[in-house]
Amino acid sequence: MRVEGHAVCLPPDIDTDLIIAGRYLRTKDRSIWGTHVFEDLDPSLAGRLHESVIIAGKNFGCGSSREQAAVALKEAGVVCIIAPSFARIFFRNAINRGLPLAQADLSCHEGEQVVIDFSKGTVTVGPLTKEIPPLSPRMLEILADGGLVEHWRKRK
Amino acid sequence: MTTLSERILGAPAGQYVDRPVDRAYVHDGTGVLTLEAWRALGGGEIAFPDRDYVLFDHIIPANTSTTADLQHELRTFACGVGMHFSDIGDGICHQLMGEGTALPGEIIVGADSHTCTLGAFGAFATGVGATDMAVIWASGSTWFQVPETIGIFLSGRLTGHTEAKDLALTYVSRLGMDGATYRALEFIGDGTAHLSMDSRMTLCNLAVETGAKTGLCYADAVTATYIQAFGEIVSPQPHPSCRYEQELDFELEDIVPVLAIPPRVDTLLPVSDRCGLPLDQVFIGTCTNGRYEDLSRFASIVRGKKVRVRTIVAPASRTVLEEATRTGILSEILAAGCTVIPPGCGPCLGAHMGVIGEGEVCLSTANRNFRNRMGVGGEIYLSSVSTAAASALAGEIALPGGDE
Ligand code: SF4
Repeated sequence: MRVEGHAVCLPPDIDTDLIIAGRYLRTKDRSIWGTHVFEDLDPSLAGRLHESVIIAGKNFGCGSSREQAAVALKEAGVVCIIAPSFARIFFRNAINRGLPLAQADLSCHEGEQVVIDFSKGTVTVGPLTKEIPPLSPRMLEILADGGLVEHWRKRK
Repeated sequence: MTTLSERILGAPAGQYVDRPVDRAYVHDGTGVLTLEAWRALGGGEIAFPDRDYVLFDHIIPANTSTTADLQHELRTFACGVGMHFSDIGDGICHQLMGEGTALPGEIIVGADSHTCTLGAFGAFATGVGATDMAVIWASGSTWFQVPETIGIFLSGRLTGHTEAKDLALTYVSRLGMDGATYRALEFIGDGTAHLSMDSRMTLCNLAVETGAKTGLCYADAVTATYIQAFGEIVSPQPHPSCRYEQELDFELEDIVPVLAIPPRVDTLLPVSDRCGLPLDQVFIGTCTNGRYEDLSRFASIVRGKKVRVRTIVAPASRTVLEEATRTGILSEILAAGCTVIPPGCGPCLGAHMGVIGEGEVCLSTANRNFRNRMGVGGEIYLSSVSTAAASALAGEIALPGGDE
């Protein structure tokens, strides 16, 4: 599996309230989440996420269990998130929604093209290629199927 | 020897396991997405409806027609398939599960990050997202990676006007907001034995603010007595010395009243450093500090006096509210000029009542002070109940016990 996109740089400890605020949760219209993603951090950010790879600091996705955070990022067009560490519920949610995550500590330059190759276990930014720890086989299967719902339907 | 998490999950740290869950719960917020994901799975039979709980606490009573419609759909579904259902006003999911339902040794999952609160009972209790929960509805089980454990040794007793909340904020700041990611915390030592169940729940509640999967206390005589009041007999869990990945020591006598400074739970200052900071709102409640012990402590401080700032009190459950009514502390809280709202999350998540305005400052007994959480442009300081009570009386941040 291989994904690529332009880098969007974010600080450490991005919490799920910042990804999608509590006031937008009560709806089934997921396009709302994509539109308001990161609104309290930088209202212009949502518009720049199409085909993006977020490169963030440690502990991305901390805070609440709201799965809308992972859905919002996907809706907005994020193809992968790279961070030195992720909050565990967010990690599970993202994989379950078919949004791949890579664990790496990268210096981020806005707009640079980033390629993540999960089969090879590498991330490439400009001339630099770095190894990333492999995802567990189960997570790779879920991602390959496009998310846990699809994975479950396929196995049933 | 094995840690409590290893014992309950039945495998050594690091291993991936599939396990049936003893209890699984969602609330009105996460339940909607869970139901949607469950339908996407193809619906079908709910594996063990008697192990599933749907508890309405986040936006109650419904604030808009959209919320009402979503709640109506979830309520009808839960009752239709025979899940346990608790409607508006019964209380916060974690508190309700902690009123005689969660038992030592159980595996409990909740579609809410503060499910770790129930580790106070010696259960392995952790939060999951909606899609994971949908698969649990369908199959009755889920996967876990057995966590490494950080041992938190507590010795002595809390003194003066400090509470379990001050201790909780102190350990969060020592570990940092990601200091225990993927780990479990075990609270051990004689200092734990002296803590009530209400206090242990406060302690375990904040485990997730360090990134931890859960926080656990071993069931002991205090646990057994508490649970017995709900008609269940449980035996204490022996705790042999075990291998911890990391160990932290806290002398409870050294704990002082603290504030978590916005927008991070791990940035602390002693209350004495911020005395005099004007407040716009004080909020007492949540799954951290809305229990009877908390309300009773609050009442003992505001009794016979008047608060100088708008103060909202949300009992964590109907049982807590009833107890507060029976013992008369509710009248004292009302007489002090506080606004009492229905048992539930209230202003904690900034989605309906008690939202704060731009530039306003709230002192809250909750567990999160993230940017804009209680309202766009507002700031949240976190404290214990005693600090919140003293501050409500002063209209500004004040040290508990300062007016004695
Ligand atoms: S009281 Fe606050 S932290 Fe607790 S479950 Fe409700 S919203 Fe979450």
